[in-house]
Amino acid sequence: MTADVPTYLDGNAAAGALSEVFAVDLTAAIGRCAGCGHTGVFAEVRLYTAAPGLVARCPGCDDVLLRVVTTPSETYLDLRGLTYLRVSNS
Amino acid sequence: MERTAVRRRLTWQAGTVTEIREETATARTIVLDLPDWPGHLAGQHLDVRLTAPDGYRASRSYSIASAWTGSTIELTVEQVPDGEVSPYLVDVLKVGDPLEVRGPVGGWFVWRPDSAGPIQLIGGGSGVVPLMAMLREHAHASSTAPARLLYSVRRPTSVIYAADLKKLAMSDDVDLTFVYTREAPPGEPRVGRVDAELLAAKAFAPTDDLTTYVCGPTPFVEAVADLLVAAGHDPARVRTERFGPTGGPR
Ligand SMILES: Cc1cc2nc3c(=O)[nH]c(=O)nc-3n(C[C@H](O)[C@H](O)[C@H](O)COP(=O)(O)OP(=O)(O)OC[C@H]3O[C@@H](n4cnc5c(N)ncnc54)[C@H](O)[C@@H]3O)c2cc1C
Ligand SMILES: [Zn+2]
Repeated sequence: MTADVPTYLDGNAAAGALSEVFAVDLTAAIGRCAGCGHTGVFAEVRLYTAAPGLVARCPGCDDVLLRVVTTPSETYLDLRGLTYLRVSNS
Repeated sequence: MERTAVRRRLTWQAGTVTEIREETATARTIVLDLPDWPGHLAGQHLDVRLTAPDGYRASRSYSIASAWTGSTIELTVEQVPDGEVSPYLVDVLKVGDPLEVRGPVGGWFVWRPDSAGPIQLIGGGSGVVPLMAMLREHAHASSTAPARLLYSVRRPTSVIYAADLKKLAMSDDVDLTFVYTREAPPGEPRVGRVDAELLAAKAFAPTDDLTTYVCGPTPFVEAVADLLVAAGHDPARVRTERFGPTGGPR
């Protein structure tokens, strides 16, 4: 692999891990980055899976938006990079 | 709300493999019977989990290839050389085996028959899988929304769903274009990648109600999405799903 081949996935790939915790689908949710204010659909974040767990980064500024780590007994969610997540009620 | 009240946390469920079909030398369609499957939308995926005898576990995402018709679901897996999970699914898994899955998940990269406007599908390699589910749903729902599929493959023998695609393309509403990156069939001179010229000739021009779905290896998705935006497509109407890194040229 060369260095310029992107190694990330997108928010879609976190759908399974997040649905262990949330009753609503978060991939279609709108999130706002606490770092740069970029606002967009969670499916469009850059998702890195090589770290322990999943790390979602902002497509605007590359800051960490969300981290999910699943152990056999628990799931850890770190949401500090998000100002909000907006989900549809319908 | 009623809807949220009935939803439970998603957990793993065991299905049984009822059929395995060879799509290409390296791709298999796995038909799964899942007694508790709630149904799915075209474009959704699930996670497959394998557990080794020593308890070690690995999970990977796989798109659902079939439209939901109330019975079984289908996955199509392309073997990645040196992969951990896909060689097991392609080479080792047999009819009658159990398979643990979690899903369906993903509510963004989906197509619903009541969506307004034409659909543009652009897939590379196994990225055709969720797009096939959309075409199957399109046929199942007798949708008359114009649909186009641009399907990038290395060579004619790499085409997944060749027979089914040919059948779907007989419909007046579905238009199919293959893009061969290594070797084209006789009579089809063009070997190359999806580029601006090809998009101008074969893809729908940008319109307000067009939705484009791009799926495949991460570098393919990046390249195609950039071309679409450069050609005037609204980035908000280009939905992408990345399947992962592919270092070598496709
Ligand atoms: C939402 C989603 C849906 C997907 N749907 C499908 C599907 O329908 N069918 C399907 O076959 N795959 C699909 N994939 C890809 C699949 O999840 C796995 O990444 C793939 O099967 C490789 O897994 P592995 O364990 O065999 O390889 P790994 O052990 O994960 O990787 C081994 C080597 O292959 C490379 N690699 C990893 N993933 C890929 C890839 N996708 N393509 C090329 N090289 C890769 C790695 O860089 C590494 O060098 C999907 C991925 C996502 C995120
Ligand atoms: Zn940001």
